[in-house]
Amino acid sequence: MRQEIAIKVENVSKTFKLPHEKVSSVKSAVINFYKRKRTYEKQQVLNDISFEIKKGEFFGIVGRNGSGKSTLLKLLAGIYSPDSGQIHINGKLTPFIELGVGFSPELTGRENVFLNGSLLGFSRKEMEKMYDDIVEFAELERFMDQKLKNYSSGMQVRLAFSIAIRAKTDILVLDEVLAVGDEAFQIKCRNYFREIKRKGITVILVTHDMNAIKEHCDRALLLSQGQIIEEGLPTQIALSYLEQNYNNNNKPKTKTSAQDNKSRIDKATISKSKVEAGSKLEITANYINENKEDLNFGLQIYTHSGSYCYGTNTGLAKQKTVNQASGSLKIGLKANFVPGIYYINLAIMDGQAKNILDYHTNILQFEITGDKTSEGQTFIDTQWEY
Amino acid sequence: MRHYISKENRALISELVRTDFKLRYQGSVLGYAWSLLRPLLLFVILYIVFVKFLKLGSGIPHFPVYLLLGIVIWNFFLEMTTQSLGSIVGRGDLIRKIRIPRWIIIFSSSLSAVINLLLNMVVIAIFMFINKVDINFSIIWLPLILIEVYLFALGISLFLSAMFVKFRDIGYIWEVMLQAGFYLTPILYPLSLIPNVTFQKLILLNPMAQAIQDARWSSVTHETLIPHTVFQGGWYMYVPFALVIVTLIGGLIYFRKESKYFAENI
Repeated sequence: MRQEIAIKVENVSKTFKLPHEKVSSVKSAVINFYKRKRTYEKQQVLNDISFEIKKGEFFGIVGRNGSGKSTLLKLLAGIYSPDSGQIHINGKLTPFIELGVGFSPELTGRENVFLNGSLLGFSRKEMEKMYDDIVEFAELERFMDQKLKNYSSGMQVRLAFSIAIRAKTDILVLDEVLAVGDEAFQIKCRNYFREIKRKGITVILVTHDMNAIKEHCDRALLLSQGQIIEEGLPTQIALSYLEQNYNNNNKPKTKTSAQDNKSRIDKATISKSKVEAGSKLEITANYINENKEDLNFGLQIYTHSGSYCYGTNTGLAKQKTVNQASGSLKIGLKANFVPGIYYINLAIMDGQAKNILDYHTNILQFEITGDKTSEGQTFIDTQWEY
Repeated sequence: MRHYISKENRALISELVRTDFKLRYQGSVLGYAWSLLRPLLLFVILYIVFVKFLKLGSGIPHFPVYLLLGIVIWNFFLEMTTQSLGSIVGRGDLIRKIRIPRWIIIFSSSLSAVINLLLNMVVIAIFMFINKVDINFSIIWLPLILIEVYLFALGISLFLSAMFVKFRDIGYIWEVMLQAGFYLTPILYPLSLIPNVTFQKLILLNPMAQAIQDARWSSVTHETLIPHTVFQGGWYMYVPFALVIVTLIGGLIYFRKESKYFAENI
């Protein structure tokens, strides 16, 4: 294997036998053997997977639930063995399928630190040197001599994370570790990622969080039903993943107010559903205003993951109100967003722009296409001078 | 071989053994003392019933020590096998979530039984002193005999722990087998109590019976029936040793084969 390759996966397949009735007693095993009837289903979890990860690469694996991500990760970690195919690992690999594996609730925080450290391959001496730093980083100085069962779950995660980041390894395998913890913890996680990236450690990250994929990864692959659908740049993979979710009717539900509203939006259209960042879009909405009230209109734009990007209304924007019985509203906007899928909410509000009369969430959507040239949500045209 | 005793593995084994010890007597007032008290109390009961009431072993010098040594060795075998039996399943969280050599789990649980055995041997030494047992040169055999028992128990442990992942009945089956083994092994009664020589021979084919008798012979009294005298030097006196080797190798092979699938079968 070439030196610059950290992991090489060749034609790996994995099947699980799912017994219809689990044979966990000798009696049923004997009976089944006698009957020569083995009732189990074979479930092919991974089918002929091949890929390579270079040294120092931050590699993302994404896929919907049940696509085989975790199984692939456990195969890489050596927890499962493949049915066929081969996995070559170049260097020391440390998996974090979960934080705080092996924590024992009956032991004190201190004892658990040493136990957990030994699972990462540290001797007692080495742990003693690191101990103070670990405790300080976890901010748990006062609690170390208490039993772990008296810790809150947040404290346990903090302790586990503080130990985990000490791991000296060439390849890290992370499964949704980021999914826990509060904002402060997430920030620590992000800093840790930057640090290991700087150190040149190879990282494999499995997550549903496309922002993390886009932010950290150099390359990613998309799994679906045990097969690799796509391998490439994180932005592209994130888009494909979102599309896949969308195609499976998982897009955010369109919620509309009752149809007998006196004032309501009848129909809305968007000029283009796919545009490049920074191009113009036009939203057209037909409204009905039976009582000829004074009306204001509102607009909101959300990312796929539910972050609020932008919102305004005619009241805020100091536009004049509308009081015709019906008409058509045109909103022109510049789509200054980074590539991704975005959702639009539209609302009708009263004359003071205080009360919402009619509200449609996710009434329209659009996609910003293009390569990843920037991060975040907003697309700002930047010029660089040297 | 180097790879088995790497720094990482040693650190892991030592922490797992420590944890085992800390957790075992968690919350009990006497703590570690129980690992000595348990066999001692059992000994007192058996001593009263079998020696004082039933007058067993009157022909054997130092019978109390003789009895205690048998109980301690049997207890070691019992403790090691029953602890190891559930150890793979009990440590399922480690097996399913991190990369840890599976044998380390069995090995560390066996080590805590070994530590208990060594503590108990100290108690036996004290009893030997009180009972004024003449220390014979043959006592140098004792460590080798204990190693034999360890290897036999290890082979069985590997086999049982791997089986237990798939078939949980093994726990109950092994309990019954241990109970039967306890009575089929001359622990409470001297082997000379059995008049039929053929039965004596059959009993001594069991590695545990052979080991306990040999251990008594080497360290307590030479008036112990051992395979060498019972079989009169016939080739089948080596059968117990062969059984130990077969059990160990068979256990290793089975464990190795099954350990690949522990994570998905637990």
